[in-house]
Amino acid sequence: MICKNLEMTAMTIEERSIANVGTFFMIYLISPWGRLLDLSKNYSSTIVLLISAIALSVLSIFIGVINLTPADLLAGNFDQMEILVISRLPRLLAILCTGIGMSVAGLIMQQLCMNKFVSPTTGATISSAQFGILLALLFMPSSTIWSRAIFAAICAILGTWIFVWFVQRIQFKDVIMVPLVGIMFGNVIGGVSGYLAYQYEMTQAVSSWLVGSFSTILQGRYEFVYLVVPLVIIAFIFANHFNIVGMGKDFSQNLGINYNFVLFMGLSIAAMITASVVVVVGSISYIGLIVPNIVAMFKGDKIRGTLADTALSGALFVLTCDLIARVVIAPYELPIELIVGILGSLIFVAILAYRLNHGRKAIGRRSAEGIVQ
Amino acid sequence: MFAKNLTKIYYGKTVVDSVNFEIPKGKVLSLIGPNGAGKSTVMGMISRLVASDAGLVDFEGTAIHKWKSRDLSKRLAILTQTNNIQMKLTVRELVSFGRFPYSGSHLTAKDIEIIDQAIGYMELTQMQEQFIDELSGGQRQRAYIAMVIAQDTEYVLLDEPTNNLDIYHATNMMKTVRRMCDELGKTIILVLHEINYAAFYSDYICAFVGGRIAKFGTVKEVMTKENLSEIYGVNFEIQEVEGKPLSIYY
Repeated sequence: MICKNLEMTAMTIEERSIANVGTFFMIYLISPWGRLLDLSKNYSSTIVLLISAIALSVLSIFIGVINLTPADLLAGNFDQMEILVISRLPRLLAILCTGIGMSVAGLIMQQLCMNKFVSPTTGATISSAQFGILLALLFMPSSTIWSRAIFAAICAILGTWIFVWFVQRIQFKDVIMVPLVGIMFGNVIGGVSGYLAYQYEMTQAVSSWLVGSFSTILQGRYEFVYLVVPLVIIAFIFANHFNIVGMGKDFSQNLGINYNFVLFMGLSIAAMITASVVVVVGSISYIGLIVPNIVAMFKGDKIRGTLADTALSGALFVLTCDLIARVVIAPYELPIELIVGILGSLIFVAILAYRLNHGRKAIGRRSAEGIVQ
Repeated sequence: MFAKNLTKIYYGKTVVDSVNFEIPKGKVLSLIGPNGAGKSTVMGMISRLVASDAGLVDFEGTAIHKWKSRDLSKRLAILTQTNNIQMKLTVRELVSFGRFPYSGSHLTAKDIEIIDQAIGYMELTQMQEQFIDELSGGQRQRAYIAMVIAQDTEYVLLDEPTNNLDIYHATNMMKTVRRMCDELGKTIILVLHEINYAAFYSDYICAFVGGRIAKFGTVKEVMTKENLSEIYGVNFEIQEVEGKPLSIYY
């Protein structure tokens, strides 16, 4: 599981100490953020999140195997500029796009499916995108990242549509039942991918999209992830549509909204965001699941009010995990998926406990209404 | 607004069978009847939520399915019991959705004024920043009604608005319905299970049995011992309270 960082050409003891200082600095930055989340009704949480994200971004640029200092950069050191432009900056931008994209994709999916446990991971979106990449590798061995991305996007959209179409048809919609169906469906797709990869001896190639990692992000190889930015802006424009659709079919029709059109358009946006992240970085689980949940606990479900916070929290979460992945066994680095998986699963269990304690009552009430009707 | 030969078939079973009626404007009309009589389906069809299999609903001279959904939502509001009640929206955010057909996501000063009035009308000003998933059933129902008021439509359709409410909140809900008709001049159509609420608070009653209209008329015309016994198949007695016929069944 240990990947060598591409930058790893020279290592000194000095770098380890920088990394340690970085860890302390990071914890120092995160702790006030947690307390300030209570200030929910205004923009202060957004501002705090933004400042934290900027601070961690700066930190992220100056942490790495090769020593990079602001002073040298300002002095116009050409080698240092090169590292910044070729490696550090692309990596940072990829991290930000991943965090923003995956958390917003999760937010959209949770709203549209009326289920807090639906996300790109539990909605078969990620595994469908991986399946699409495999198809591109099989049928077009010389494919560029663009054609792979198109395959991934089409498969991710179709996979998510099939999942939601199926969920709409099952009779009892328990909160846990829906994501369980999604996980099973995702595993079926993953199984088919695994089989095909094995048959055509592509397991090696496919595994790089199974475990997300930022260590291979270099200038010229990651730009596709920028697609996240316009998609998130579209999501913000249609935020109220998604909210209304999340209230139910009758509710949407009453307000003159075409329920199915908005539902499937929103799912397509979420799937396209996911595909553009998976094709560049690989699979990164849990972000789309836990980040929107945590933000919604403090700020509610009105997307216009939570989108900025959700996106920034997602970026912060990925930045933090990436820094941990880079400093824990520096000068080597762990794949970020490992750190996200460990942190994410712990937070997920906590959310699960919270939602089940607070949500069961509402579900009971709803099913009681169903019986009366 | 009237329905002509309105029919709905679910899986080969005729749920609503060639129904004809006209909705009296500016009045409260209650649809009553036993379970499975088709009253909720009729409500769905006259509000374009459910597509009819035959016949038509005429709304202001145009068939309802020919209306643009967005335009119709400025004329007719429908509130059902199928909303996602786990959504963490504040009362004010919910009521603001009532202005969506007019202004989309960009609320004007006039919209904000109407939202304030609707919240005030339903006496929710104190709790307008609370999340609806933390409210009681009665409060949440009032928030939905406030949204419908903000939607500012001539026609308001409510599917079982007293469902799951206790006697106090259900009675207040019916008083609100009466007020919306008398003070705001709205035409209101209700689906009700509680026939005495229908008798006391509405002007007209339409009783369904087996997908057909059994009786349609003023409250006094429909609320007779013979009619009700025939509709529900149990014994009824009628007593007059404040000039309104109320029923006792056993």
